[in-house]
Order: sequence, then structure tokens, then C-alpha cells
Amino acid sequence: MGINWLKYSAPQAFYPLAGKLIPWFSIVAALAIAVGLYIGLLVAPTDFQQGESYRIIFVHVPAAWMSMFLYVVMALWAGFGMGLNARLSFMMAQAIAPTGAMFTFLALLTGAMWGKPTWGAWWVWDARLTSELILLFQYAGVMLLRTSIDDLRRADRASGVFALVGVVNVPIIYFSVKWWNTLHQGASVSMTGGSKMAATMLTAMLLMTFGFWMYSMAVILSRSRCVILEREQLLSWNKSASTPEPVEVR
Amino acid sequence: MYWGSMSEFWAMGGYGLYVWTSYIVTALCLVWEVLALWRRRAAAAAENRGLL
Amino acid sequence: MTRPGMWDALCGVVRRDLLLAMRRRSDAAMPVFFLVIVASLFPLGVGPEPAVLRTIGPGVLWVAALLACLLSLGRVFTADYLDGVLEQMVLIAQPLPVLVVGKVFAHWVIAGVPVVLLSPLLGMQFGLDGEAVAVLALSLLLGTPTLSMIGTIGAALVLGVRGSGLLVALLVLPLYVPVLIFGAGAVASSLAGVGAEANLSLLGACLVLSLFFAPWATAAALRIALE
Repeated sequence: MGINWLKYSAPQAFYPLAGKLIPWFSIVAALAIAVGLYIGLLVAPTDFQQGESYRIIFVHVPAAWMSMFLYVVMALWAGFGMGLNARLSFMMAQAIAPTGAMFTFLALLTGAMWGKPTWGAWWVWDARLTSELILLFQYAGVMLLRTSIDDLRRADRASGVFALVGVVNVPIIYFSVKWWNTLHQGASVSMTGGSKMAATMLTAMLLMTFGFWMYSMAVILSRSRCVILEREQLLSWNKSASTPEPVEVR
Repeated sequence: MYWGSMSEFWAMGGYGLYVWTSYIVTALCLVWEVLALWRRRAAAAAENRGLL
Repeated sequence: MTRPGMWDALCGVVRRDLLLAMRRRSDAAMPVFFLVIVASLFPLGVGPEPAVLRTIGPGVLWVAALLACLLSLGRVFTADYLDGVLEQMVLIAQPLPVLVVGKVFAHWVIAGVPVVLLSPLLGMQFGLDGEAVAVLALSLLLGTPTLSMIGTIGAALVLGVRGSGLLVALLVLPLYVPVLIFGAGAVASSLAGVGAEANLSLLGACLVLSLFFAPWATAAALRIALE
């Protein structure tokens, strides 16, 4: 195919492309979530151990997966940005952070909702929960660092370094179950031994995850368009001010 | 269809509060994010038009 | 005359930082006083029950050590940043990560070693027995260099940023969590009679890992801050 993908690394070219993609991702997300909800809430049988409360996992597990996945993707974009010196990469990283933080919050909240009837406590200082909480702090750190640095170039890079340093935490989250072996139930889906869940439950969970993923794509593309607009505005504002205001130096 | 009646569906075997809170808060968060983005985009576009 | 090697540069940075710290001894002593005061507040707040103090002791002392280390992070680069020495460090032929290791080592000697030396005393305040006190000191000896390593990344990231004191805490504390878990876990497991070896070796692993990665991250952060 003769499409020059590199062309889209320029924000000006990426902007209309993202605009064209957003509706498609939105439609796919809506369909996947609708079918996932239908199967998860209406078709899937009850879990003989946990009763109906297990249906929370259809939002909990996808949210938790997305929170970790988005953090890694954000760090990767920041890494690309620093390696290739590409502005758009940093814009993507900036666009991912709020959505990732939201999914982390949702994973914690739905986890508490699941934990109360199952363990009898809203919150347990279990390794996976704790790591997810730390992940939320890291998202907050990335966003706070960005907003407290005025120089855009430095803000991009500094928050990128922090995101990359924090990425060490994500494998700790995932493997913490094996390391500390605490209250949290073992992974529901394991790569090696196949799934312990009923097929309908697994279908619903994977559909919901796919739906959340596509939703994230749509939202992140949309936010990256906002970021491009805001930054271009800043640039043109800087250019149009021919006589710069005297800056107070402290 | 798994459920016998509508009220059974809402009760979720006694776990209705937990299950529906999870789903509703998740839905609210997603909708809120989309609306916030909508407004942010509108604001950014309006500012840019004012400049050109 | 030959150009000074990496080892000379490293020693030079360490010597200079230690000399500067010796000239401002009260500055260097403040985090240690902070540690002692925080550790002494807990028995007053929780009550003098020996069994309770022994249970919370390892965690409290480790958290206090964490905060003491955090307090002194602001000093690692700020003075050099303001008087332009840091810019020279970035420009000279010696690799920046090596110089960073020197800065970290000096920070550890100033802020970490006093904590390690004081810890037996504080441990006894919390009613820890002989073996637990030894494990506490050993865990701090293994853990505080890691804290300095990770902390300097944060210090470099927020260099010259407004509100940097609070921001560095928000950035660094989440990254300190594994060290805290293993460090306090080592003392707690020794108290429980399980043996602290597993936790201590995990602390050692954290140290090696941070020794490999942190200097590069700090160097990258410094270059970004000085661009």
C-alpha cells in the first residue's frame, strides 16, 4: 500500500485523520459494550461461589486491564517522543493520562463494590489493590508534573521520564498475586492453563474489554485533537505577538 | 434469557446495590468524560476561530 | 597532563558535596532531628502499650526514614542549579550518570547513614529486641541507598519548578512503596520469627535495580531541566 504513514506524525495531518477515525471507534465501542452488557447481565448464568455479585467483574476487570494497558501505552508514547523527538507522541501521552486515571479510579471503586459482599470489607490492603492505588497516584503524578511546568517542551519530557520510571510498577501489579499471594483471588484468566470461567462469562468480559478499549481510542483521539488545537493556539498566539511583553525575571 | 422476572433482575440476588452502583458510576464516568471533552473541544475551537 | 578519569570525577563530586554539607552542618542534621521527633511522636499518639509499639514499630520507623530522606532531596541539586555548577556537570566530558552516582552517594552519606546509625536507638524506643534491631539497621542500610537513588530522579524532575517541595513528595512516595514494604516486612518477619532473609534479599534486588536504572533516569531528567 502506498500510504505514507509517517505523514501522520505531523499534528496538522493527524488532526483530520483522527477526526475521521473517532466515529468508527465510537460505533464499535458502543456495539461491543451493548452486546457485552447483554451477555453479561442477561445471558450469563450465576456464579455458584459468589452469586450475582460476580457480575461486577464485567466492568471491574476491563477497567483494571485498561488502567494498566493505558499506562504502558502512555509510557511508550512518551518514550517514542523522547527517542524520535516527535511532538505528536507527547500529545498522545498527554491525551492518554486522564482516561487511564479514570479507569484506575473505576477499577478501585468497582473493586470495593465487589469486595464488600465477597470479603466483607470495602478495602483490603492486598497487594493488587495497593498497586492499583499506587498506579492512580502515578497517573496523578504524571499529570501534576505536566501542569506544574510551564515550558511545554520540558513538561512533555519530564512527565515522560516519570511515566517511564513508573512503568516498573505495572509488572509488580500483575505479578504481585504470585509474589505475596494474599487475599485477592487468583487471576481469572491465565495464559497457560486456559480459563476457569464459563464461556459466556468470558465472552462478556472480553467484549466489555474490547468495548472499553475502543472507547478509549475514541476518547483519546478526541482529546489529542483538543491538545493539538490548544497547542497550535499557543504557538500562533506567540507568533502574533510581535512585540513581546517584558517578562518579569525573578 | 437467564432471569425469571424484572424484579429478580434488579435485585441481582440481593447484591443489587453493589452491582448497580458499579455499573451506574462507570456509565456516569464515561458519559462525563465524553461531555467534558465535547466542551473542551468547543472551547478550543472557539478560541482558535477568534484568532484567525 | 592527562584528563581526569571517571573515577576521579566521581570522587570529586562526592568530596565536594560532603565538604559543602560539612560547612552547613545544621542543614544536614535537620532531617535526622525530624526522624527522631516523628518517631517519638508515635508512642505519644498511640499510647505506651509495649505490645502495640512493637507491632507498629518497624512500619513507623521505616515511614519516618522515608520522610526524612524526602526532606533532604531538595538540597541535592538546587544549590548547584542556582549557581550554574549543574550546567558545567552536564557539559563536561565525564558521563553525567557517573556524576549523578556521586551526588547520590553523597546524599546517602549525609541523609541515609545517620538514619542507619540512629535506627538501633529508635528501635529500642519501640521495644524491639536485639535481633529485630539488627535487622532494622541492616534493612535500612540496604534500603536507604535505594531511597536516595529513586529520590534524586524526582529531585531532578522538579528542578526549578514552582511548588517543587510538595511535588517531589507526590512523585517519589509512590515509587518508594516497594522499598517500604520489603524494609518494614524484613523487621516484621524477624519479629514473627520467620526470618528476614527473603525480604532483605528483595531489598538488595531493589538496590541493584535502582543502581542500574536510576542514574540514567536522573541524568535524562537533569538534561531536560537544563535545556
